[in-house]
Amino acid sequence: MARKSVAKVLSLTGYRRPNGRVGVRNHVLVLPVDDLSNAAAEGVARLINGAMALPHPYGRLQFGQDLELTFRTLSGHGTNPNVYGAVVIGIEPKWAERVASAIAQSGKPVETFSIERHGDLNVINMASRAAYRMVQEASELKREPIEVSELVLSIKCGESDPTLGLAGNKAQGQVVDRLVDMGASVIFGETSELTGGEHLIANRCATPALRRQFMQMYNDYIRMIEAQGVDLLGSQPTEGNIRGGLSTIEEKALGNIQKTGSRPVNAVLDYAEPVPPGQGLVFMNSSSAGAEQVTLCAAAGSVLHFFTTGQGNVVGHPIMPVIKISPNPITCGTMSEHIDVKLPDLLVGEIGLEQAADRIMEVFVRTVNGRLTAAELLRHNEFVLTKLYPSA
Amino acid sequence: MAHRALAHKITDDVAVAVADLKAGEELLIHSLEGGRPLKVRLLEDVPLGHKLALRDLPVGHVVIEYGEPVGQTTQAVRKGGYVHVHNLRTLRWNYGQPQKPKSAKKGGK
Repeated sequence: MARKSVAKVLSLTGYRRPNGRVGVRNHVLVLPVDDLSNAAAEGVARLINGAMALPHPYGRLQFGQDLELTFRTLSGHGTNPNVYGAVVIGIEPKWAERVASAIAQSGKPVETFSIERHGDLNVINMASRAAYRMVQEASELKREPIEVSELVLSIKCGESDPTLGLAGNKAQGQVVDRLVDMGASVIFGETSELTGGEHLIANRCATPALRRQFMQMYNDYIRMIEAQGVDLLGSQPTEGNIRGGLSTIEEKALGNIQKTGSRPVNAVLDYAEPVPPGQGLVFMNSSSAGAEQVTLCAAAGSVLHFFTTGQGNVVGHPIMPVIKISPNPITCGTMSEHIDVKLPDLLVGEIGLEQAADRIMEVFVRTVNGRLTAAELLRHNEFVLTKLYPSA
Repeated sequence: MAHRALAHKITDDVAVAVADLKAGEELLIHSLEGGRPLKVRLLEDVPLGHKLALRDLPVGHVVIEYGEPVGQTTQAVRKGGYVHVHNLRTLRWNYGQPQKPKSAKKGGK
């Protein structure tokens, strides 16, 4: 009953894009295709109020799946429904056009510039004029009513400690169940961080084929780690996790999994593969490092991210609001400006899980409708590409 | 009354402190899933978020939390003792496979 009434009162607004997808922010991106184009992209962003550059260290001499992933991540940020349009800058025209044409398929405005035979200053001049027009157009776009079922969302936890498994992730799990029941897509990942609980996720896969696909992806990830001749002792759990009280990867994983709620896993996808709305709970192969996973979720089309933290991970993302949730009273006290939803009263039993989930849902609604998150206010614009192997 | 420590399941081997706890405290441990609460006298200080043993755990015992194995004790732990990396080790990764190279020490993520 309580859930139904919450569903009824959700009054959400967002931006509808030419392909029908719905965003909750309205950014204009200046997207460098490669490391060499960062300076020009950042030059444009400095000149034009409201233009957002996404500098990164890669995009040169990558090959095979690693190159495909970089292209998919860059174009995925352009097509993300939180983005109005994109200015793409590359050192040479071919790869820049490749990224731009993938974004243009979503029907959004895209303009492409390349630095060779022009130089940074001419490119900054031309690209700034393009960004100027786009930001002005974007500023006139109006929010309109949207449904939860039109949204793609994502989750992760970071700098975890046992207060998450006990409280924060359990409340987040209820939120995920509610959102999935209302028709949203919710992405989770953190492949290596399922170790010790991978059987629990496998058992929730909706079909035997998905289960096989999930286990193959999980086992491949562990084999990739073992192929380095090492294991993850010392990295998983992290030193921060251990300081917070987590002793083993199994304990961390079982806490981690609480936040995925209880609904079936309806899709199993590889890094940054596009996730449409209406899929329910979706597993996406990913690193467990905060900014890498968050960036992959945004590339897959997520427009809002829930991030539970014990010891106080401060991650954000340039185009996707990241709501940070903590039940740890020390973290909520000493790092208050980073935490959007504080749940220490849940930890000591003063409120129940339903009330805690209501509190997260309330901040979710306000954030969708435009309230800035802690990470947005503090300019936590982590944009971190996942690299599969060295460049040529 | 505010909880001092909580168990995921009352049949688990460990509970988690939800406040900084001092040796000598008499705790009544509840599970979030119900069941009869357990009385435990704390033998050591246990900080917020860290674990205490709900029963005597012999060396080599597979420790259950969330109703699932989370590791193995590397030394005996008495009921009310502090459980962490000094006496609990993963069952995964390199454990029990001495043919593999020693664990690498890396920075946190």
